[in-house]
Amino acid sequence: MSLRKEHELHDRRKGRNTGVGLLLGGFVVLVMALTVVKLTSNSFTFPEVQEDGTLGGSN
Amino acid sequence: MSDASINASMIREDDASFGDYFALLKPRVMSLVVFTAFVGLMAAPVGVHPVIGFCAILFIAIGGGASGALNMWWDADIDQVMKRTKSRPIPAGKVDKGEALSLGLALSGLSVIMLALATNVFAGAFLAFTIFFYVVIYTMWLKRATPQNIVIGGAAGAFPPVIGWIAATGSMTVEPWLMFALTFLWTPPHFWALALFMRNDYDMADVPMLTVTHGRRSTRKHILVYTVILAAFAVATAFTGVGGPIYLAVALVLNALFLKGAVQIWRRDEEICEADNFKVERSFFKLSLLYLFLHFGAILAEALLRPYGFGGW
Repeated sequence: MSLRKEHELHDRRKGRNTGVGLLLGGFVVLVMALTVVKLTSNSFTFPEVQEDGTLGGSN
Repeated sequence: MSDASINASMIREDDASFGDYFALLKPRVMSLVVFTAFVGLMAAPVGVHPVIGFCAILFIAIGGGASGALNMWWDADIDQVMKRTKSRPIPAGKVDKGEALSLGLALSGLSVIMLALATNVFAGAFLAFTIFFYVVIYTMWLKRATPQNIVIGGAAGAFPPVIGWIAATGSMTVEPWLMFALTFLWTPPHFWALALFMRNDYDMADVPMLTVTHGRRSTRKHILVYTVILAAFAVATAFTGVGGPIYLAVALVLNALFLKGAVQIWRRDEEICEADNFKVERSFFKLSLLYLFLHFGAILAEALLRPYGFGGW
């Protein structure tokens, strides 16, 4: 493949792709942080398991 | 085709950048949404974990941005004839209408679901209703149908503090509706002042703004009447659960200035306005931005000082 001159369009698309990548990465971190906070809060309890194996209401 | 080279016909000098997609979300409106929702959240009598609070504000802001993108998708035809809006990404030819629609719908779904998961289902449902109200009731239906479009549309912009409050408490009381009413009553004088000095924009776009349907004299009267109602309400709010001495001091000063501006606008005629290029109307519009920011700032100050024995009565 021959070497081609980088077009300005490449820069613009690179900027767009970098932006989307950072947003997605940030979203993953946010969901993880939210999960940690929810799971470590005092109000969190695991749902009870009924005798027939189904999940009942939480305490 | 594995070759990633660019065909000459694909190159568009006005190809959208990341910033163009961000502009679809109306960042300036989003900043108002973020601030008022934050005040609603902080004024609530329930402590919220900082991460959950951050998520709540973020997803309310994204919901507001999604409404903005859907508004730009629907209003692309009138945006391109108005001076104020013709540089928006769709009329400027940088983003396709379909892309704005897709982005708006995707972000609406994301924000509603994530707000419900991060806080509570009631808050998520209320955000969904707000997006529906702004896009369907205001943008699609009333904006082009009635000169009261701004009055009704103001409700959509006034919901964020209510959503912030519900995100914190999971329930509804009268206090967030006081914050709602403040923004709701503020919107008409704010936008009608803008319509007075952006005069030809709405004519050309065929949007039934009050200045077009009832004339500029009537618009000036409407600004005064709404400002009187707003001032009475804003000062009275000082004696409610979200008010206090700081809020009262801020409200007295700002409402005196706002009333003075409204009276000046009411007394002016078009010849004087043309001569000074709508100086009073422009400063009234600028003051209106400060007005809302400082009222909500005072409510926030009262809420932040309350745990230390200050704030409130």
